[in-house]
Amino acid sequence: MRIGVFVCHCGTNIDGTVDSHQVAEEAKKFPHVVYATDYLYTCSEPGQQEIQQAVGEHDLDGVVVAACSPRMHENTFRRTIERAGLNRYMFEMANIREHCSWIGEDREANTHKAIELVRMAVAKVANHVHLHPSYFEVNKRVLVIGAGVAGMQAALDCADGGLDVVLVEKKSSIGGRMAQLDKTFPTVDCSICILGPKMVDVGQHEKIKLCTYSEIEDISGYVGNYTVNIRRKATYVDWGKCTGCGLCMEKCPSKKAYDYHNEGIADTTAINISFPQAIPKKATIDPEYCRQFTKGKCGVCAKVCPLGAIDYEMEDEIVAEEVGAIIVATGYGLLNMEELGEYGAGRYPDVITGIQYERFLNASGPTQGHVVRPSDGEEPKRVVFISCAGSRDASLDRPYCSNFCCMYIAKQAILTRDHIPDSEVYVFYMDTRSPSKGYEEFIRRAQEEYGVQYVRGRVSRIYPKGKRMVVRGADTLLGTQVEVETDLVVLATAATCAPEAEELAEKLRISYDEYGFYMESHPKLRPVETNTSGVFLAGACQGPKDIPAAVGQGSAAASKVLSLFSKDQLESDPQIAQVMELRCVGCLKCADTCPFQAIEEKELPDGRVVGHVIETVCQGCGLCTSICPSGAIQLQQCTDNQLIAEVEALCQAWRERSSG
Amino acid sequence: MPGMEGTELRIIGFLCNWCSYGGADTAGVSRFKQPTDLRIIRVPCSGRVDPLLVVKAFMEGADGVLVSGCHPRDCHYSEGNFYARRRLEVLKRFLPFMGIEPGRFEYTWVSASEGARWQKVVTDFTDQVHALGPRRNFGEGNGGGDIR
Repeated sequence: MRIGVFVCHCGTNIDGTVDSHQVAEEAKKFPHVVYATDYLYTCSEPGQQEIQQAVGEHDLDGVVVAACSPRMHENTFRRTIERAGLNRYMFEMANIREHCSWIGEDREANTHKAIELVRMAVAKVANHVHLHPSYFEVNKRVLVIGAGVAGMQAALDCADGGLDVVLVEKKSSIGGRMAQLDKTFPTVDCSICILGPKMVDVGQHEKIKLCTYSEIEDISGYVGNYTVNIRRKATYVDWGKCTGCGLCMEKCPSKKAYDYHNEGIADTTAINISFPQAIPKKATIDPEYCRQFTKGKCGVCAKVCPLGAIDYEMEDEIVAEEVGAIIVATGYGLLNMEELGEYGAGRYPDVITGIQYERFLNASGPTQGHVVRPSDGEEPKRVVFISCAGSRDASLDRPYCSNFCCMYIAKQAILTRDHIPDSEVYVFYMDTRSPSKGYEEFIRRAQEEYGVQYVRGRVSRIYPKGKRMVVRGADTLLGTQVEVETDLVVLATAATCAPEAEELAEKLRISYDEYGFYMESHPKLRPVETNTSGVFLAGACQGPKDIPAAVGQGSAAASKVLSLFSKDQLESDPQIAQVMELRCVGCLKCADTCPFQAIEEKELPDGRVVGHVIETVCQGCGLCTSICPSGAIQLQQCTDNQLIAEVEALCQAWRERSSG
Repeated sequence: MPGMEGTELRIIGFLCNWCSYGGADTAGVSRFKQPTDLRIIRVPCSGRVDPLLVVKAFMEGADGVLVSGCHPRDCHYSEGNFYARRRLEVLKRFLPFMGIEPGRFEYTWVSASEGARWQKVVTDFTDQVHALGPRRNFGEGNGGGDIR
């Protein structure tokens, strides 16, 4: 074989702590290497051209690039050698940046290491064979999980682009968090007034199939051909008949049901429509509170419903949907404020969360937009906001910033002053973060125009004093302790991952970080892709973000799906398992092991049974290769021989080093 | 850090592409300094690591072998790391029988976001192998028992 080695300096990123030139010189001595050189930026256009040129001039049939991580540039260079007329899989990268130059300062040790990494890559390429992709059909339907503002935007963009969309939402209505909000920053636009029409568009779009009050049961398949089982939870109301007239709500005798939409600041009826603008506007029964379920008798709603829509016998239903791509937009959760013991959250009724306060401010909330203290229903004359309640707090293992709290506190502070002109508003903050357009001006407005008192410092304790609460904390600008007596305390509780985010990630086979937020494929360059092909992210499930960012990601994810679906056929990755039928003993351990059911029995003309890999289903994990007793099934590009070649090349280098 | 003092030992790591290799990349991007002894081989899944491959590495002269995959339940291929865990646990118990000290082999889970954890895993494992020193060849008699 004739292999060319190209060592990248990456400016000083590699060359700063690795002698790239020496690496190239040493590489010339390795078996099969006929050409080796180093270059300032191999991934630049002239760098790639040099590879293409060298392939022709030196008649190369394999290429090794020693540079950054293959997770970064493997595809770049595969395309480069393809342009030079080579099979794109006759390529290997040696990671001498992330795994070498960036993690050690000893130039000599790093250079040694880099030489050995190149040697391993050369040994692997020497065992490469040409691989060719095959093509498969794409099912051009898309599943969107979560119908908050990000998911709705993604669904609308996909549907407007001509795709059939299945939109799954856990709650009974679409809308998500934004439907709970009163106003949005920094324009102080009415939230539901801008969201409502979008919700109607989603509800009426002929290309969008809405599955609310539904959850994902399981997902199988691969990009272009996923099968998704959706659990349509029992609503105990036949939505085909229900018109959303609300008569059942009026008559329901169980009026102490937890009101999720109002975050528990008021109660609702056991049968309810979650909010007036709900889409679909259909009733659901909460069996935890419904007397028919808890006491076994009632039936009031069934009696009053003019359409006979009530069905106490209803059961969950599993519906299968076939889709080609999935957009995940499951949003975020909020820290349970009872974790914040020093704030007395959960113990004192007048310590509430930001989202609860939002419901007090909201004209369609339980108080019709009148701000009151939960303890006695009186109008508060002083309100204290506490930012970073649980965020940026290493002691709660939550060191990250929740992104939108500074801004919504400013908004709620302004609204408080609007609603109660003779009120005083204090904000305890660590830093105010207002990096987007119009945001800094908005906070300034809160401070200067609305006279909101910003106190820089953390709160150490909140305790009751008579009918009021005392907030004790530090003012780090004045360097003093401060105590503020107040009527109401609002905590900007940390944004967390959505409840059950991990379980969903496992079903989708996507990664999540230590806080449960989903991992994007690349933090800078692939922000809405995941590492699972055909699964995309939108909104706060990837990390806390505000409405414009979530909407932007929704559109971005939709455009990714549209571009994926712009072809009728997709190329399958040929780096999959292959059975050498002569060696196969037909034990079919591989078929038992395969997580994707990608291996089937095949009868040869002579009657022998062997394993057979279904090309498009195989995902290339190689579990079969390590279980096969006869080594008959080999994962292409990662065969036993290739891995052994890497190990041997390395050990050979070690032996040479210790003897010489 | 031992590797940087010019007394490098021979350590091979088999890392799954999706989690641990990404975690090692994250550690690199974050410039988390690590000993230089380790050489990483990228595999798609920790379940791809045939225990015999680990044995092969020891036979060829490795002083330590590290396998790292995705956290249980976070596998890109759903269940590959469960297979890895079973096989490698058996291997771990079997290696001393072959005259290879238990500390020379570890398997661990590091996700793509855990750069700091990867730094710790590499540093700890390298220290552990350095504490044992270079491994003598098969037949030379060594900690785990005389196999001649």
